[in-house]
Amino acid sequence: MSPLHYYRCLAGIVAREALRFLHQRERFIAALVRPLVWLLIFGAGFRSVLGVSIIPPYETYIVYEIYIVPGLIGMIQLFNGMQSSLSMVYDREMGSMRTLLISPLPRWYLLVCKLLAGVAVSILQVYAFLMICLLFGVELPLMGLAYILPLLICSGLMLGALGMLLSSWIKQLENFAGIMNFVIFPMFFLSSALYPLWRMEESSELLYWICAVNPFTHAVEMLRFALYQQFNWQMAGLTLLALVVFFGGAVWAYDPTRGMLSRRPGGPAG
Amino acid sequence: MSEPATNGRDFDRGGDDGAVLEVSALSYEYPGGFALKDVSLRVAAGEILVLLGPNGAGKTTLFSLITRLYDTRQGSVAVLGHELRHEPGQALAAMGVVFQQPTLDLDLSVMQNLLYHAALHGMAPSVARQRAGDELARLDMAERSGEKVRRLNGGHRRRVEIARALLHRPRMLLLDEPTVGLDVPTRQAIVAHVHALAREDGIAVLWATHLIDEVAEDDSVVVLHQGTIRAAGSSESVIAAAGGGDLLDAFSRLTNGNGS
Repeated sequence: MSPLHYYRCLAGIVAREALRFLHQRERFIAALVRPLVWLLIFGAGFRSVLGVSIIPPYETYIVYEIYIVPGLIGMIQLFNGMQSSLSMVYDREMGSMRTLLISPLPRWYLLVCKLLAGVAVSILQVYAFLMICLLFGVELPLMGLAYILPLLICSGLMLGALGMLLSSWIKQLENFAGIMNFVIFPMFFLSSALYPLWRMEESSELLYWICAVNPFTHAVEMLRFALYQQFNWQMAGLTLLALVVFFGGAVWAYDPTRGMLSRRPGGPAG
Repeated sequence: MSEPATNGRDFDRGGDDGAVLEVSALSYEYPGGFALKDVSLRVAAGEILVLLGPNGAGKTTLFSLITRLYDTRQGSVAVLGHELRHEPGQALAAMGVVFQQPTLDLDLSVMQNLLYHAALHGMAPSVARQRAGDELARLDMAERSGEKVRRLNGGHRRRVEIARALLHRPRMLLLDEPTVGLDVPTRQAIVAHVHALAREDGIAVLWATHLIDEVAEDDSVVVLHQGTIRAAGSSESVIAAAGGGDLLDAFSRLTNGNGS
């Protein structure tokens, strides 16, 4: 297989995801409405209740809306990762996953392509959200919007890999609601997306530690610093570690010799 | 297996012994028990091997193993001499597959589905578009290329899947009950098209079905039941092995009445 083959495969998978995304306009709107509701409604409501002291990377007092922007960026990517997970389960149920899996390229590479395609879609959503933030007067450093791009790829890959790993466990589309309850909401609320960790520590030591080890917290903090053109090595390293673990698990799960797909009882008909 | 019908044309005969597909002593176990036990078969260029078996015989499991959706350490699969376990890329590149379950993306057009498949096989977009047009034309589907798959009926979707399976010019075509749920004229058209592919292009075909009337006179036959091969060879030899009658009688006897 030549490098050109690898490139064409990636281009084909990204093009397919883009086409599907374009056909699902409501998905794009939903991806934007969710964080905007938090920003414009919850943000306005909580502004007076939740004070944010000066914590890095902020050099002065900030309004609550500015604090939650990185968390809402993470939320977009988290939901997009889970949407990709849902899409993979749907593809498996509808059979189109087989077209991908019987391609001659290595399976890990096919999964990387799927991940990158999902990340490309999530980055479009993130930048659309950031533009709306600017329109509504949320003060964001413009240079930070460019600086954040490579780290958005990293966080998107990590959350997409988590979705991919979960998709290997979900046997039916109907089980997706469980993912919402047991993965998305705990990950989002038990993180630094909506409140700084020191505030959580004041309330509960246990919850603080759960938040501190949550990979979503690491991704959000990495993005928070990146928005202010600061590279947080610790958070980036932990995000990268989570990416390696989740993606390794997904490759294992989709491997025909070892993964869960081959151990399902019953097997195919015929 | 019987000698393949190649219509006098000189095809590349595949691996060292002429086999395009060689399945050797393949077994596969689900948590509930064996789905396949010690299955061996080979298909040469231009040969159509019909895998006859009732529902639950293990045909789809066999296809899943040949296409590496599943894997087993018991036995081996080789395509053009490439062991699937050690050289999966080369083996899979030589295969075109039509699964029992439809695998087209309903929200994409016919052409978009074909181009997606071509990209997975590393084809240049311009070449892919040309070949997609040719394959669709061969199946009288050229005028439907811009339509969403969702709008096509079952027969047309099957034709698109066959066109897609042939897009990258495979040497081996795997068809897992491709005519299930189709009306008689459509079934006959698909059977005729696949026979023409084997005869004219020298493609090796493994065709899984439980429909006896899809077996042509010069096809090779393997009867699979409860995960084991009950008989293999030409139609005549399978009938003889089952004690006479016609192929339907033989199939029914070999599968303990499940194949009728």
